[in-house]
Amino acid sequence: MSSELLLKVQDLKVRFYTLRGVVHALERVSFHMNRQETLGLAGETGCGKSVTARAILRLIDPPGRIEDGTIHFEGRNLLEVDESEMRKIRGSEISMIMQEPKVSLNPVIRAGKQIAETLLIHDRSLNQTSARKQAVDMLAQVGIPDPAKMSRRYPHELSGGMSQRVMIAMMLVTRPRLLIADEPTSALDVTIQAQILELIKSLVREIQTSVLMITHDLGVMAETCDRMAVMYAGNVVEMGSVHAVLKNPQHPYTQSLLQTVPDNANPEQPLFSIRGNVPSLLEPQTNCMFAPRCEYTMDRCKQQIPPTYAVDGDHQAACFLMENKHECR
Amino acid sequence: MMDHPSDGTLLTIEALYVHFPIREGVMSRRRSTVKAVNGVSLTLERGEVFGLVGESGCGKTTLGRAVVGLGPITSGSIYFNGRSIIGLTGQEARERARHIQVIFQDPHSSLHPRKTACDLVGVGLKLHGLAKGYEVDEQVLAMLKRVGFSVEHLYRYAHEFSGGQRQRIALARALVLHPELLILDEPTSALDVSVQAQILNLLKELQREFHLTYLFISHDLGVVRYMSHRIGVMYLGHIVEIGSTDEVFRQSQHPYTHILLSSLPSMDPDVPPNRIVLEGDPPTPIDPPPGCPFAPRCPEAQDRCRLEDPELTLRGNTPNHLSACHYPHIS
Repeated sequence: MSSELLLKVQDLKVRFYTLRGVVHALERVSFHMNRQETLGLAGETGCGKSVTARAILRLIDPPGRIEDGTIHFEGRNLLEVDESEMRKIRGSEISMIMQEPKVSLNPVIRAGKQIAETLLIHDRSLNQTSARKQAVDMLAQVGIPDPAKMSRRYPHELSGGMSQRVMIAMMLVTRPRLLIADEPTSALDVTIQAQILELIKSLVREIQTSVLMITHDLGVMAETCDRMAVMYAGNVVEMGSVHAVLKNPQHPYTQSLLQTVPDNANPEQPLFSIRGNVPSLLEPQTNCMFAPRCEYTMDRCKQQIPPTYAVDGDHQAACFLMENKHECR
Repeated sequence: MMDHPSDGTLLTIEALYVHFPIREGVMSRRRSTVKAVNGVSLTLERGEVFGLVGESGCGKTTLGRAVVGLGPITSGSIYFNGRSIIGLTGQEARERARHIQVIFQDPHSSLHPRKTACDLVGVGLKLHGLAKGYEVDEQVLAMLKRVGFSVEHLYRYAHEFSGGQRQRIALARALVLHPELLILDEPTSALDVSVQAQILNLLKELQREFHLTYLFISHDLGVVRYMSHRIGVMYLGHIVEIGSTDEVFRQSQHPYTHILLSSLPSMDPDVPPNRIVLEGDPPTPIDPPPGCPFAPRCPEAQDRCRLEDPELTLRGNTPNHLSACHYPHIS
């Protein structure tokens, strides 16, 4: 795997100006991705995973606003390029697969035509016939049986797994350098999820793209990602190789999150549950967001925002507990 | 293994069929039939948690709804405490409704948004004439406190609560009637893992405290494993394997169960993925072909599987582990 830098997000800050107040959705989110690497974003509902993904594509609609930070993609700061340039990047260089394929596909256009359309928009030199042909080839590549016939089907005639394959075909037909997959298998059954994960893995290798995989399922993350970042209330609290984070979690939130999963729990004992509730994002951040629920809270956790400490190599965690053991980044 | 409390049978389902005709055209002629539940038999012991797993469209929800009387039954019988509960009307139907309660998957649509927590939980008590006047409020408050609320939550509206809190209100609403059987239809699928852990713990405590029997329907194998004493695996309207949680997970006999378990992504990055990837989509339950329901996707299907429907037969080492396969294998 090459370690050439592809994407670098630095101090990203996103706020939503709602009627109930200012929602601090992202607070100083920083991470990077290398070429041909799969990075996972984990966390619970409302932690800012999807906002991060949408911010990379500059798809934050009002009342939301990207307040601060930089998003460097192949050397360019995406927050500074103009809108027409951004439109070219979306879909051809960075693509996104959504959770619900049925909602993302246009219900009144045949599957093949939707894929061909994507090609035609991004490559003006292409004609209808060859775009159609490429679309059918792409459908074959994502494992759709009888692709010529299936390309003439409407999305409602396809099953959930098939629609997600069409969606993947549409997103990869332009051979993007970064694929953002937002919960790509959450709406699917486990046996279909297994098919889709295998497909994404093999296609990524084939067309040499990088993937930003957003999922709340840590099992999916363990199997598909190289590195992962754990988010909590708009902050990246821990980041590192999947192996390091899952085997040797450092941040108390990551440790708790891993313990709440019932998969390997002893049925004789109650499941570990994190006390308290997810904090309100309406207040500006002045301390560690996890402090009210943390088992190891110290006085300073309630007063200061913890910096990010390097644990071991690429592994890092934003927690004061790391202070004595590790150096500050 | 967990102790298996068995002091009598609470619910018996015998050869249950739930079919929905699809009518088309001007004359509304029957064109085809959705065979949602196709000959399911099972018994629930008093005080046990029975997990029903399967993928979407396998008929697990339809089965649950049939037990509560929310769905039409084509044929078969359901006995609750030894009495048939099919086709009940009037007072008898109300009695059944009190003893068999349901928790639905989506607490956002199962609670009336413009009613307060107090109204939502108290309405059952009033309908069944179990309490009057201030007794209603007393019992409601006691139950809401039991599931983790305090007095200040009593007059809040359903829409003011989070997903996990709503699911706890739904639980209080069911339990305030002192039911014997609780049908839990994907009770935690709409929740985050940390909230799911709270609800699962609460469900376990309440089950012991009130000596409840659960029919726990879920597609999440990890959750079912944690919650259930026994498990039934459904595929296309059939129960293909049934047995104690331990045996089904450790020594699955049916190829479908085996594949389902292998599809579950492991959280341990050291475990190499060894999943068996199934070809194709789950078939629709519309006029399924004869033979074993799993035969079209089964990697080990033989000619016999496409002709004869296998029956649930004893497999494995204990007398209550059954699987419906002509060529079972031990994994």
